[in-house]
Amino acid sequence: MLEVQGLSKTYGSGATATRAIDHIEFDVSESEFVSVVGPSGCGKTTLLKCMAGLLEPTSGRTMLLGHQVTRSPPEMAVVFQDYSRSLFPWLTVRRNVALPLRRKPEIADRERLVAETLAAVGLAGFEEHYPWQLSGGMQQRVAIARALAYQPKVLLMDEPFASVDAQTRGELEDLVLSVRRRFGVTCVLVTHDIDEAVYMSDRVVVLTSPPSRVLETVAIDLPRPRNQVTTREHPSFGHLRGHVYQLIKGRAGRSPAPGPEEEFATT
Amino acid sequence: MSARTRRWVLVGLEIGVTALIIAGVWLYSERAVSYVVAPVPDIAARFRETFLFAQFGSDVLPSLLRFALGFVIACIVGVGVGLLLGRSLVLRLLTTPIVSFLRSTPAVALLPLAIVLIGIGTPMSVFIIAFVCCWPILLNTTDGVVELDPTLRATVESYGITGLDRLRLVILPAISPRVLAGMRTSISLALLLLVVSEMIGNSNGIGNFIFQAQQTFAIADMWAGIVLLGVLGYLVNTAFGAVERRLLRWHVSERRA
Repeated sequence: MLEVQGLSKTYGSGATATRAIDHIEFDVSESEFVSVVGPSGCGKTTLLKCMAGLLEPTSGRTMLLGHQVTRSPPEMAVVFQDYSRSLFPWLTVRRNVALPLRRKPEIADRERLVAETLAAVGLAGFEEHYPWQLSGGMQQRVAIARALAYQPKVLLMDEPFASVDAQTRGELEDLVLSVRRRFGVTCVLVTHDIDEAVYMSDRVVVLTSPPSRVLETVAIDLPRPRNQVTTREHPSFGHLRGHVYQLIKGRAGRSPAPGPEEEFATT
Repeated sequence: MSARTRRWVLVGLEIGVTALIIAGVWLYSERAVSYVVAPVPDIAARFRETFLFAQFGSDVLPSLLRFALGFVIACIVGVGVGLLLGRSLVLRLLTTPIVSFLRSTPAVALLPLAIVLIGIGTPMSVFIIAFVCCWPILLNTTDGVVELDPTLRATVESYGITGLDRLRLVILPAISPRVLAGMRTSISLALLLLVVSEMIGNSNGIGNFIFQAQQTFAIADMWAGIVLLGVLGYLVNTAFGAVERRLLRWHVSERRA
């Protein structure tokens, strides 16, 4: 469904050129949940922007449903970390969610779609509020609702839970997991949080420090539906988490105990 | 003292102090021997006779028209050109020296030039008001576009919000706090230039009226004109403040969540 093919991005040129990402490759299947993790400062956001068509890669390309992504395609929505800057403060919650739908005249009953999507993220009754009248977690819910109402095939998320407190973060994680099936959306999550990546994903793509390459793609075979208590207590969870942690900390070569999980080294 | 009582006391003080100052000026003007000071009742009578009736059409209306036309043209040109410059770094670099020069030139110094170019009358007043008032609006619009938040830009782009939608529903609201601040500055400039341009380059209007009154020692008339300008400035600023508050209900500076 989504194929990242040899994406590279170099900022600047000459002596000061910085290579942020270097020939990154991975695939995402339909309705799969894939996370991208890596040490801080590895070009995660650069990668996501290239995938979303917001940034021109130096080389390589992203294929979505067989077409190369150039400008932001209508089958893709992005949720950013900074909801306070991503939402439009002059529009009510309802109009924030409805605005991108102007690009999709084929969607018939927009009023209902907006109302249902807001209800799905637990914001029924807040339609006429302004974003700044809501808590941070609720604002990010608005951003998620806006992305879902847009009815994308792929939902890209850039550190979407990094600006909310720990409890809200857990709630939002579960919210995304529960709505993604309902809206039939494939998810790519960029995060620095290893726990979060393991908890939410089917596969975790681990990047190296810059110039970032794919170090390893780790399959997460934890049972679904995931649960904040039982999933995190699952014996594999700790192991997978430890494995990803060690990959990031640069001890990938001597991974202590490859567990029962399948591993795909994609170098 | 409850918040409510406190509020009423403050409002009472505001009105009371204003009334006291007016009463003081009144008393002083009754006894003053200086020929520059006219008694308040005389000024009020002249104000009523001239501006509310006799010369409303010949002096007040033309002034209002010049002010409104000049200001509206400044807004349209300032926002329009500002948006263009905000979009293009090349255009900004090309125009920066000229823009800096023109906006730094004291406005009144351009008046003789405007009179030579256009001649005496309404078009000259409108031109000079529009010309001088467009800079604060233009610069604030440009800065607003340049400083648009990168996340906001990325959001707009990722949802394919383009063209007129992008301008009308995102860019203009996003930069409106800065644009309105520029317009607020321009309103004061517009009034100032209205008066000066009427004093030296028009045969009617409030500015001309004040000037003529002074020349003919009609001191009460002169004062009446000054009072009218004060009242006009006050009303225009109050009206603009109300519009601004309404448009920026969502903005941080106006939030009462």
